[in-house]
Amino acid sequence: MKTMRIAAAIVVASGLAALAAPWAQAQSKDTLTIGLTLEPPHLDPTAGAAAAIDEIVYANLFEGLTRIDENGAVQPQLAESWAVSGDGLIYTFILKDGVEFHDGTGFDADDVVFSLDRARADDSVNAQKQLFVAIDTVEAVDARTVKITLSRPEGALLFNLGWGDAVMVAPESAANNKGAPIGTGPYKFDRWVRGSQVRLVAADDARAIRKVTFRFVPDPSAQVAALKAGDIDAVANLQAPEAVISLQADPNFEVAIGSTEGETILAMNNTRPPLNDIRVRQAIAHAIDRQVIVDGAMFGFGTPIGTHFAPHHPAYVDLLATYPHDPARARALLADAGQSDLKLTLKLPPPTYARRGGEIVAAQLKEAGITVEIIPVEWAQWLEQVFRGTDYDLTIVSHTEPVDIGIYARDTYYFNYESPPLKALMARLNDTSDQAARNRILGQAQRTITSDAVNAYMFQLAKLGVWRKGLKGMWRNAPVQATDVTGVRWE
Amino acid sequence: MLTYLARRALVLLVTLLVASLAIFFVLEILPGDAALLILGIEAQDDTLAALRTQMGLDRPAALRYLVWIGGLASGTTGISHTYDVPVSQLIGERLTLTVPLALIALVVSTLIAIPLGMFAATRRGRPGDYGVMGFSQIGMAIPNFWFAILSILIFAVALGWFPASGFPGWDAGIGTALWALVLPVLSLALPEAAILARVTRTSVLDTLGADYVRTARAKGLAPRRVLWGHVLRNALIPMTTIIGLQFAFLLAGSIVIEMVFALPGIGRLIFQAVSQRDLVVLRDVILILVALVVVVNFLVDVAYTAIDPRTRRGP
Repeated sequence: MKTMRIAAAIVVASGLAALAAPWAQAQSKDTLTIGLTLEPPHLDPTAGAAAAIDEIVYANLFEGLTRIDENGAVQPQLAESWAVSGDGLIYTFILKDGVEFHDGTGFDADDVVFSLDRARADDSVNAQKQLFVAIDTVEAVDARTVKITLSRPEGALLFNLGWGDAVMVAPESAANNKGAPIGTGPYKFDRWVRGSQVRLVAADDARAIRKVTFRFVPDPSAQVAALKAGDIDAVANLQAPEAVISLQADPNFEVAIGSTEGETILAMNNTRPPLNDIRVRQAIAHAIDRQVIVDGAMFGFGTPIGTHFAPHHPAYVDLLATYPHDPARARALLADAGQSDLKLTLKLPPPTYARRGGEIVAAQLKEAGITVEIIPVEWAQWLEQVFRGTDYDLTIVSHTEPVDIGIYARDTYYFNYESPPLKALMARLNDTSDQAARNRILGQAQRTITSDAVNAYMFQLAKLGVWRKGLKGMWRNAPVQATDVTGVRWE
Repeated sequence: MLTYLARRALVLLVTLLVASLAIFFVLEILPGDAALLILGIEAQDDTLAALRTQMGLDRPAALRYLVWIGGLASGTTGISHTYDVPVSQLIGERLTLTVPLALIALVVSTLIAIPLGMFAATRRGRPGDYGVMGFSQIGMAIPNFWFAILSILIFAVALGWFPASGFPGWDAGIGTALWALVLPVLSLALPEAAILARVTRTSVLDTLGADYVRTARAKGLAPRRVLWGHVLRNALIPMTTIIGLQFAFLLAGSIVIEMVFALPGIGRLIFQAVSQRDLVVLRDVILILVALVVVVNFLVDVAYTAIDPRTRRGP
């Protein structure tokens, strides 16, 4: 009898399960579900470096005085226009009229003063405080006019103000932005189911997409499965290059391969012997075959680079010919430096590009006579040992901040590179606001670091965007870490 | 019985206290700086110092331990470094997924395993037995994450019956929510069922050879009544032990399945807290898991006394 009852219960249960409607297959045309790899710790872009924050809120929920567009150019946003004084020290911004925060409070010059003063205050926890370091004072001239006075010229100020870390917040709501963000953007915060999803809803009538859901799917192959099963409509930056070929062949999906600001480099500890010898660093630069790394580690997605600069930027200089792949030349340089039987460690953080790329780099260095010991590390360990402690020989990491060649001029940075000429170039760059002149200086800086062989430059990370056919307006490139859906629609 | 319960409760408290010391000490020597992880590689030194002060990381370890334990004793948990919300809220949200998931998986695996194990035991050495043991062998050999990926490919991607990942939340309707849990439950339950079926078979076989079974048969009881009334009840003790262990494993061990199915459960919270060095979350979650395991073991002990009156005399 009891067996019968258990069997009956199983039958009934499975019957009920079969009756429940298969899930969310029908896709109404005014919602959008985007898959993200990482869940943000919170939603305040002015209080953390996590890319996942900007991937949800940048341009959608929060806006700055300026913004960075799909091609990396500066565009007006909350400031509709600006004027710069002749000496480049005073910026006067005219704000857009009639802008409101999502809680109904108005946006005016006082909010700008509050936001920028908060970001650069002594107790500020802004992860990009250096963006504001040149700012001396921020003043509200009248409700729609803001005057920013600099202590020294800063050619990149307008670009800096377009970062997610420089968005405008309101004094009434800033303290609660981590859990209940209040911005001025076209989408407002609706709900955050921690561990699962963040939902935004349109704040104005102009948006074709009324509801945007960001779902967190940590595993890349689970992302592909979720795309194919129809659970999510798009993945802005797929972390599984191996899956791209099969998605390209699938008529239901569109694959957009774009560029990012991620220079992936084989970084070297420039003060640690024998890497303090430029010939050893040049040997390493000659020993790696960039295209083979891109093909092997990234399934061909990525662009080889010869310097620390994004190839799609107008100021990029192609320096790939400086250190072509040449193991014999590498051996000769090592012999010249008196290095035989050289052994180095290579610390690899978790991302695919580092772990897979690192295996190939180790094999290539072996060909040039360098024995590499691979040490996988977690991010927390990488930050502490490699980045803070500079306790490493070699490491692989992608530098994702836009136009970040200035890190080579810092006094203490983990490469331990010291170059007065480069510092002079960067100082001149800050004094220059003319774009053509800036690009020339940036070109000289690229040549300087490449001829010093500070690091071995590998490739620019590609952005592998995948979405359902019919979705229009997603960004192809990722000049900032953003998933701007303000212009997205279904067709 | 009451003194027995009181003694077990005392053991529970002492275990938790020792566990809290161990957890705090281990996390204390774990390398990594939560402030640096939050602010990233561009952070300036004064910003880092400001954040560390804000998070209380600049206070001595002993003080932080006392603040933690004192808080727990008075019923308040800390504020998560990364999420900036009370840990109790984070854990509460996650437990509403993990506990039902583990319970359903446990029930499903028991419902599969006990009939199968008894079926195999009563057909010892015959094809039915070999069939069940073969299933059990395969079930134990297959890693559950692999089975999970395979089931996603078949039932979500190819057939489109179930969502491939994610959990809509209980407020989306109990049917929708349970529907999303079918594949995770099966992935968790099948390997457990394989183990439990094997234990059931062995345990039932042992009992089948006992004198009282022969007596029961000899006095003319129907084979089915002997099996379900006498054999199963006596075979339940080792099975209860395994089920208790499995529940603890399902609670703490669902981390891999939660990753594969992108479920917002306690396992993923641990994973995120470890990689973010969110020690405030980590220590509370681990302590709660310790507490759950200890409580489950306690319940298993109580269950023994219900199943077998002889154990009431106590150890």
